[in-house]
Amino acid sequence: MERIPILKMGEFLLVSIQVDMHDRLAMTLQEDLTERIVSAHARGVLIDISSLDVVDSFIGRMLGHIAAMSRILDAETVVVGMRPAVAITLVELGLSLPGIRTSLNVEKGMDLLRRARNENSSGPGEASRARTQD
Amino acid sequence: MPVLRTETLPVRVDADVVMVRQRVRAWAVEQGFGLVDQTKIITAASELARNVLVHGGGGTALLESLSEGTRKGLRLTFEDRGPGIPDLNLAMKDGFTTGSGLGLGLSGSKRLSNEFDLQSTVGEGTRVMITRWK
Repeated sequence: MERIPILKMGEFLLVSIQVDMHDRLAMTLQEDLTERIVSAHARGVLIDISSLDVVDSFIGRMLGHIAAMSRILDAETVVVGMRPAVAITLVELGLSLPGIRTSLNVEKGMDLLRRARNENSSGPGEASRARTQD
Repeated sequence: MPVLRTETLPVRVDADVVMVRQRVRAWAVEQGFGLVDQTKIITAASELARNVLVHGGGGTALLESLSEGTRKGLRLTFEDRGPGIPDLNLAMKDGFTTGSGLGLGLSGSKRLSNEFDLQSTVGEGTRVMITRWK
C-alpha cells in the first residue's frame, strides 16, 4: 500500500509530502504519524508542503487534525513551505488553519520546534522543581 | 459563447478526484492562467469533485474551454445523480455540512470562481457549474 514516509531526526519527526495525495492516503498519513509520535517518543513534527501546489479543505483539515492530536500527545507541529498561491487560495476558501504553527522553510521550522522544546523544558514548573532538588 | 474543447472525466473513486485536479491544472496552464488563478480553479475543482463522490455517490466532471471576444475561460460542470440538496441556501452557508467535512466545499468554491451556478433536485441529483475567466 502507498504511504508517505515519516523520518525520525532526534526527537522530531519529519514528513515531506511530495505527491498529489488522494483522500485515503492523507488519512493513512494522519494515522501513521499519530502512532509514530507515541512509538518514537517524538516531541515535534515538521510537515513540509513545499511540493504541494494545492491544499484543499480536506488536506487543510488533515493538517489541523495532526496538529491537534500531536498537541494532545505532547508534541508540537509546524507546517513549512506553503506556496504563496496556496496561502491566498486557502484564505479565500475560508480556511485559515487555526491552531497550526507555520514557518517559511524547513530550517526556520526546525528552529521553531527546538525553541518550543527548550521553552517547555525550562518552563517555570520544571525550573522550580530543579531548584527544590538542589 | 463558443466552447473550444471539452473533456468528460468520471468521478467514482478517490483517485478520480486526483485525476480531476491534474486535468484541470493542465487545462488552466493551457489557457494561460496565472499561478494564483490556476491554484484557485484547481482547489475549487477538488472541493466539487469530492462533493460528487461523497454526497452524490459518484458522477462526472465536464471541462470546457471558453472563448468570448478576447476573453478566455475555463468552465467546469460537476454532476451527480445522488439524493440532491433539499435546502440550497443552507448548503451554501459556510460551515454547514451533512458529512464529516468543514462545510466549505460549496461556499468556498463559489468564492474561488468568477461565475457559480448550483442546480439540485431532491431525488434526482445535483449540478454545479463554475467558470473562471483569465
